[in-house]
Amino acid sequence: MEYHLSTPLQMEDILRLNICDVVYITGTILTARDEAHARILEMTQKGEKLPFDLEGAVIYHCGPLMQKREGRWKAIAAGPTTSSRMSAMTPQLLEKHNVLALIGKGGMTNVTGSLRNRCVYLAFTGGCGALAAGNIKNVREVHWPDLGMPEAVWELEVENFGPLIVGIDAKGNDLFSEIEEKAAKVFSGLR
Amino acid sequence: MSDISYDDVVAATMDILKSAETVLPRDVVDSLEAAKQRESSPVARAQLESILRNIDIAARNGIPMCQDTGILVFFVEIGRETRIDFNLEDAIVEGVRQATGSIPLRPNAVDPLDRHNSGDNTGEGIPDIRYEFMDGKNIRITVAPKGAGSENMSALRMLNPTETEDIRRFILETVLKAGGKPCPPIIVGVGIGGSFDKAARLAKSALLEDTDDMDDFERSILDDINSLGIGPMGLGGDTTALAVHVKKAFCHTASLPVAVNIQCWANRHASVTLGADE
Repeated sequence: MEYHLSTPLQMEDILRLNICDVVYITGTILTARDEAHARILEMTQKGEKLPFDLEGAVIYHCGPLMQKREGRWKAIAAGPTTSSRMSAMTPQLLEKHNVLALIGKGGMTNVTGSLRNRCVYLAFTGGCGALAAGNIKNVREVHWPDLGMPEAVWELEVENFGPLIVGIDAKGNDLFSEIEEKAAKVFSGLR
Repeated sequence: MSDISYDDVVAATMDILKSAETVLPRDVVDSLEAAKQRESSPVARAQLESILRNIDIAARNGIPMCQDTGILVFFVEIGRETRIDFNLEDAIVEGVRQATGSIPLRPNAVDPLDRHNSGDNTGEGIPDIRYEFMDGKNIRITVAPKGAGSENMSALRMLNPTETEDIRRFILETVLKAGGKPCPPIIVGVGIGGSFDKAARLAKSALLEDTDDMDDFERSILDDINSLGIGPMGLGGDTTALAVHVKKAFCHTASLPVAVNIQCWANRHASVTLGADE
């Protein structure tokens, strides 16, 4: 199935998705990778208010290549980064914030439980930075620029951002681990 | 008197960086096209289509194909009759600095401990520059920007000398563990022998070889890798790797180092030759 979704996402939007479905997103997404995740968790723990809204948000595992032109930021290349680096921090993030979709590449480890009935993981084709930048219509804001360009949180306005493949749905299915299990079986048969 | 000037090297460094980041070598693109034709999984085919569309957009617009513009690795071959009267390394570093702003490149170089980003892709020991001598009066510079997603999935093992049969298993195990994380379809560079660090250097330079230039040993490992079914981006399919390239060197009788350097589909590299013979 193919779905065209708009932000802020609604719970019903994501609950009907199944692994292998194709999704396109229009609206606002927030980039966050290692350092931003760490800071979100740290501030949340201290009870401090974040400078952006995570209610119904889409988090994009991405460290974009940006350029300032005539005083405005422009996305030059903005494909996904390896999501597994955020695996350990994601359950805590989802416990405290109502993030409804994660976009990244390569899948995540031990998060299906945390995503169940709560969030989906969408895979964008890794390395496709130029393709992704074409779907970013506007860079609305940059938060935490002190973390450096790749690690800062960029608020991006996107149009038909995709194709995204549902990699982990909210029903406990994980396409990546299914493929990995099959691969491990083939591997143990090889010699 | 110098055959080549400092400014020549700065400009040449910027030129090859621009082409490496924006235009994928033809042999890699052809191999991706062929994989798309062969691929039986629709999800995998869609991934390959996105990759090919991305390559096309980047080349047409002169923008980096991937936001991870890599850590920069240079291979410099110096003709033994070349005369230069400036610091070659300084010129390459300056080319990197200027290219970071002009192409632009994402600033990726950070201090390994405090994670401070230098902002211009340079820092202690980076860019990584390797020198070799060759005949003649030219200097040939090759750059290979290396993304971290695939670099992080690489591995090195010091096998026992009697474990030559385990080499294949180690390579496959490394690819299996990597799964979809290194942006497959991957290219696998393997260094066998030498020493701890020599094996790793061989593995990296193996990535510069022509995609289709493989012997029977390399092809048989490639077939095993593709039988795993990991597929493009780990979403399943026939195309997990495009190529396997093995380089070897003599090693100590008590050693068998094996390094596996994983490269994403964006096997970016470009070269330039400067000098009197060109």
